[in-house]
Amino acid sequence: MSATTAMEVNVEARRILAVSISKLYASRTQRGGLRLHRSLLLSLVMRSARDIYHSSRESEVLTGAPSEEPMDTSSSQGEQTPQPEPQPEPQPILNSAEVTPEEPENTEDECEGEITEDKENLSPSRQSRKRRGKASAAPDFLPSKRARLEHGEERYAAALGSCRVGAGESLTTLSLNRVIPAF
Amino acid sequence: MAGPGGDMQWCFSQVKGAIDDDVAEADIISTVEFNQTGELLATGDKGGRVVIFQQEVENKNQPQFRSEYNVYSTFQSHEPEFDYLKSLEIEEKINKIRWLPQKNAAQFLLSTNDKTIKLWKISERDRRPEGYNLKEEDGRYKDPNTITSLRVPVLMPMDLMVEASPRRVFANAHTYHINSVSVNSDNETYLSADDLRINLWHLEITDRSFNIVDIKPANMEELTEVITAAEFHPHQCNTFVYSSSKGTIRLCDMRAAALCDKHSKLFEEPEDPSNRSFFSEIISSISDVKFSHNGRYMMTRDYLSVKIWDLSMESRPVETYQVHEYLRSKLCSLYENDCIFDKFECCWNGNDSVVMTGSYNNFFRMFDRGHRRDVTLEASRENSKPMQVLKPRKVCAGGKRKKDEISVDSLDFNKKILHTAWHPQDNIIAVATTNNLYIFQDKVN
Repeated sequence: MSATTAMEVNVEARRILAVSISKLYASRTQRGGLRLHRSLLLSLVMRSARDIYHSSRESEVLTGAPSEEPMDTSSSQGEQTPQPEPQPEPQPILNSAEVTPEEPENTEDECEGEITEDKENLSPSRQSRKRRGKASAAPDFLPSKRARLEHGEERYAAALGSCRVGAGESLTTLSLNRVIPAF
Repeated sequence: MAGPGGDMQWCFSQVKGAIDDDVAEADIISTVEFNQTGELLATGDKGGRVVIFQQEVENKNQPQFRSEYNVYSTFQSHEPEFDYLKSLEIEEKINKIRWLPQKNAAQFLLSTNDKTIKLWKISERDRRPEGYNLKEEDGRYKDPNTITSLRVPVLMPMDLMVEASPRRVFANAHTYHINSVSVNSDNETYLSADDLRINLWHLEITDRSFNIVDIKPANMEELTEVITAAEFHPHQCNTFVYSSSKGTIRLCDMRAAALCDKHSKLFEEPEDPSNRSFFSEIISSISDVKFSHNGRYMMTRDYLSVKIWDLSMESRPVETYQVHEYLRSKLCSLYENDCIFDKFECCWNGNDSVVMTGSYNNFFRMFDRGHRRDVTLEASRENSKPMQVLKPRKVCAGGKRKKDEISVDSLDFNKKILHTAWHPQDNIIAVATTNNLYIFQDKVN
C-alpha cells in the first residue's frame, strides 16, 4: 500500500473516531438515557477506527513497507488493560481531525507533537476549533445534517470545554470497552 | 396486467395525520400493528399516545371494495417519567404494540415504552342505565322523602363511546430499554425483551416475572452483543427466538431449562469478507425478527437486507433480499448523519408469500418470494388521490440515470419508513412515514 493511501486511511480513521466520540458525548444528554445498543455499536466503530489508525500509522512510519489489511477489525473481545498507546490518542485526534480535511500534510507532525503535550493543559486556542466545513462533514449528496448531530457537536464542544479533564480522563485512561460502563 | 410484486397493484386508500411539513416530535409514529382479524389498526407515537383505527366492514363483500379505517379510540398510554435514582428521563415513546387475541366483547392490547408494559382494555359502551331510584338523570341525589315507589333501572341506547382503560401495569422489571413484546400462543403469557434480558410474564400477574434469557456479562467491559428483538413462535408455546446486534438469531425452548441462555438453535450466516468495512458490525445488527404465519420460517431485517430463514436450517438463510444495496458505498455518510442506526421493521403478508420492509425517501419494498419479483413503492402526498395506483419507483445507483429514476444522491434520508404492517388476511397495508400513516390496498382485492 502506498504511503498516500495509508495516509488517506489514517485520515479517514481519525475522522471517524472524532465523529464517534462526538456521538458518544451527545448520547449522554439524550432523552431516555444512554442507549446500550447504540453505545456498543459506536464503541465497535471506534475500536475499528483506532486499530486502523494504528496500523496505517505504523505503515507510514516504515515508509513504503506494506501495511496490514486496513479493514481488519480487531478480534479481541475484551480489553481488560488499557493499552498505553491509545491513551493520548483521542485528545490529539480530536484536535487534529478537525483540521485534517483542510491540511492533511500537517496532521502527522501535529499528532506526533501532541502526544507529548500535557493533555490537561492544552491551550484554549485548541478548543476554538475550526468548525468542520460542511463540504467535508456532510457530502452534498446528502441532505443537511439532522439537528441532533449538530446539537451533539455543540454540546460536545461545550462539554469538552467545561469538563476537559474529566472527559480526557474518561477516554484516555480507560480502554474503549470501559467507555460504556463508565457512563 | 400483472405488475411486479406478484399480481398485486397497489392503490392509495387513505392517509392519516397532519399535512404540514413541520413535524411535531410527539407525532412521530413509532409502531404500527393490525390485530388478528385486521379489523383494528393501532399506532403508537413518540408522545406516548395510541390511536386505534377500525375498519368499516359494510361493503366488504362487494367488488371494488374500499376498506376505510376510521379513528376508533385515542388514548394516552404512557407519560414521561423520571428515574430519580439514575437521574434519567424515561421516554414516553411507544416502542411496541401487540394485540391479544379477542376473547370477549372487549379488545386488549399490550403497549410498552422503554421501561413499562401496560395492558389496555378497549371496550365499547353503547348503552347506559337510566331510571335510578336515588339519583336524578343529571346525577344529583334526590331527596329520599320524595321517593314513593321503586323501579328497576333500564339500559337505554346511547351514542357509541369507546373507552380505554389500563388493566395491568407491568413495571420495574427491566434495567435496560425494552425493544420487544410478544404474546404467546397460549394466550396466558407474554415475553418482554430489553438489551440484555428477556422476561416471561403472566398476563394476570404484574408483581413478578421470570427471567428466561440473560446475556449480561459479569463484567460489562466484556459486552459484545445485545438483544435487538424477540418473538414467540406463532404455534409452539415453548419456543421463541431472539436476535442480536451481531447478526445472529437464537431459538430457545423453554422446556429445556428455566433459564434459556443456552440456545436450541443458532442461526448465523458467515460474513462475506469482501464486504468488510468499518461499519460491518453496525449493518449486520438485526433490527427486527418475525416468524412467518405458518411458523416454518422467520424473517430478519438488518440495515441493507431482509433474510428469510428456514427454522430447520441454521447455517444460512434460504432467501436474501437486498433492500437498498446502493447504500453500501455511502455507509460513512450514513454513519455521520445517524441514519445507519435506523431500525427498520419487516412484515409478512397473510399467506407468507410476500414480505415488506421500509427504506428512505418514503420508499418501501415488497419481495414476492414465489415469483422472485420485487417492487419499490413510495408513500407520498403527491400520490394520494383516492384509488390512485402506485407507480413502481427505481433508484439509480450510478451511471446514467434513466427518466423517472431517482439518483441515490437525491434521496431524502429524513423521510424514512421504519414501520409497516400487513393485514393478516387481505392485501391491505399500513405504512408509516414520519408522522403520517398511509393505507394502501390491492386494486384487485
